[in-house]
Amino acid sequence: MAVGVKVVTRPGSLSQQMYLPAIAEGMGVTFKHFVKNFFGNLVGLRKKTDIQTIEYPEETKKYPARHRGLHRLMLRDDGQTRCVACMMCPTVCPAHCITIVPEEAPDGSIEKRPKIFEIDELRCVVCGLCAEACPCDAIRMDTLEHAKPVYKRADAILDREELLSRGAKSVAVQGGVGAFWREKVAAVPQTQPDAAVLPAGPPAGPTPVATFQRKD
Amino acid sequence: MGYGTLLFSILAGLAKVLFMILAFLMPVASILTWLERRQSSMMQDRLGPNRANIGPFKMWGITHFLADALKFMFKEDFVPPMAHKFLFMWAPVMAMAPALIVAAIVPFGPPLCWGQLFETGATCNQPVPLQIAHLDIGMLFYFAIASLSVYGATLAGWASHNKWAMMGGLRASSQMMSYEVTMGMAVLGSFLVYGSLEPGAIGDFQTHILNFDNYRSSWGIFSQPVGFLLFLTAAIAETKRTPFDIPEGEPEIIGYFVEYSGLRFGLFFLGEFLEIVTSSAIMITLFFGGWHWGPYIDGFLMSHLPNVAFVVVMFTLWAIKVFMFCAFQLLIRWSLPRFRSDQLMQLGWQRLLPLSIANVVATAIIVLWAQM
Repeated sequence: MAVGVKVVTRPGSLSQQMYLPAIAEGMGVTFKHFVKNFFGNLVGLRKKTDIQTIEYPEETKKYPARHRGLHRLMLRDDGQTRCVACMMCPTVCPAHCITIVPEEAPDGSIEKRPKIFEIDELRCVVCGLCAEACPCDAIRMDTLEHAKPVYKRADAILDREELLSRGAKSVAVQGGVGAFWREKVAAVPQTQPDAAVLPAGPPAGPTPVATFQRKD
Repeated sequence: MGYGTLLFSILAGLAKVLFMILAFLMPVASILTWLERRQSSMMQDRLGPNRANIGPFKMWGITHFLADALKFMFKEDFVPPMAHKFLFMWAPVMAMAPALIVAAIVPFGPPLCWGQLFETGATCNQPVPLQIAHLDIGMLFYFAIASLSVYGATLAGWASHNKWAMMGGLRASSQMMSYEVTMGMAVLGSFLVYGSLEPGAIGDFQTHILNFDNYRSSWGIFSQPVGFLLFLTAAIAETKRTPFDIPEGEPEIIGYFVEYSGLRFGLFFLGEFLEIVTSSAIMITLFFGGWHWGPYIDGFLMSHLPNVAFVVVMFTLWAIKVFMFCAFQLLIRWSLPRFRSDQLMQLGWQRLLPLSIANVVATAIIVLWAQM
C-alpha cells in the first residue's frame, strides 16, 4: 500500500456486503411512491398523491394577503382619483419608477390632480414605499397580481387609466377629519364598508382591537 | 431447396426484420426515453414531462419523444475542430447498431403457420418461426455483437479530442470488458441446463412457469436464480446505466458523448435505450420463458384461437413481458446510488466473477447428478 493511504475496514455483515437486501428495500420505497403517484394521477386524485407540483399557467399559488403586487390608484366617492399629486411617492421611490405630471383640477373642487401618472414596472423594485408614503391612501400595492410579461418594454409602463382601472373606493376620509378627530370618529357610527371596497386583506375574522394608546 | 422456398424465406426474413425494427424496437425504445423521465418523476413525487401534445391529444405527454426527435433534428450538428471527423461521425452508429443486430436472435412469438393462418390448433406444414436469425451459436453471437458496442463509446471518447470524453471512453472500455466476462460466465449455467446455445430452443424449453418435476421446463429464473442476478447486473453494467454509469458520469465528466449534439447525441441516447430493450428481450428469453406463459394460457389460447390471432396475442404478451422488464430496469436506475470506479471493478472482478464461476460449477454438479 502506498504511503499515506489508510485502509479503513468497513464493518458489515454478509447481508450488508451482498447489497441485495438493501437494494430490495430501496426499490420497494421508490416503487411504493411510483404506485401511489401513478395510480393517483391516473384516476384523477392528484391531490391525494405526494406530488406537490403546481402546474403554473393552469394552477396558481394563492399569494399571502400582504403580498405586494401591481400598483393601483384608489378612487374618491365621485369616481375621480384620490391622488392629489403631492409628489411624495416619486420622491420616496428608490428606483425612480413613478412619473407624475400634476395639473389643476378643472372644476376647482380640489387643488391638484395628476395629469400623467406612470409607473414603470420594469424599474419598480416592489419595495412598497410609495404606498407607505402616500398621505391620501391613493396608491396601493394590494392587487395580489404580479407584473405580467410583455412583448415591448413600453407595455410594462402602467399609465393612469390602467392604474385607475384596478382602483376602488377607499374607506379613508378624504382630506382627513381635522382637529378633535378622536371625538368626531367616535361620534360617527362605524359601518363596515362593503367587500368590494376592501382590499384583499387578511382572512375574515374578528377585527383586532387597536391597542395603540397615545400618551398625552 | 427450391428457388420458391428460398425466395419465401428471404421475404419472410425481410418482413420479420422490418416488423421487429419498425413495430417493436424503435417505438419501445423511443417511448422509453419519455417513460424514463416520467417514471422517475413519479418515484420522486414530481410530475415529469406531461405537456407535449398533438392538438387536443395529450395522452399524459407521451408525444414528448416526437418533440425530442424534432428538436434534435434542428439542432446544430457540431463537430469539434480538432476531432477525428470520420470516427466522430460514425461512433454513434457503432454504438447503436449492435443493439439492433442483437435483436435478430430473439424469438418473439410462436411459429406462424403459413397457409394455415386461420386454422385452429393445426400442425404446421410450413412454420415460419418468429425469430429473425435461427443461429445454433445464438448466444455466442449475442456476446460477439454486444461486445462491439464498446467500440462506439471508446471511439466517440477518443475521436472527440476532449479529455473528459477520452476519460469516459476509457472507463467505458474497462467497464464493459470486465462485465462481459461475468456475463458470459453467468449464462454458462443456462447452457448447461438446456444443452443449447440457441435462444429459440432455450425459450421453448421453458413451457411451464414453475415445474417441480422437471427443472428444465420451468422458467430460467427458477432453475438459474444466481445466474439471473449475475446476468442482470452485468447487463445493466453493459448498458452503462446507473448504478454503473461510470463512463457517462453525468455529475462529474459527462462522459464519452460530451462533445456530441443534435441527432448524433440522439443516436447515443436511443442506442442506450435500444440496449435496454434488447438486453431485456434476451433476459426474457433466457430466464422468463421467452413468449411462453405457462401451459394453461398457451394451451387455451392455442386451442381456441386461429393461428394468426394466437401469434398476435402471444407476441403482445411477450412485448408486455419485455416492457415490464424495461420498466424494472428503469426502476433500478432511479433507486440505486452509483458506484465509484474502483468499487465497480472490485465488484466485477472480486465478487461477481468468482460467484459466476461457482454458479457454473454448482450447476454442472447438479445437472450431472440429475442425469445419474
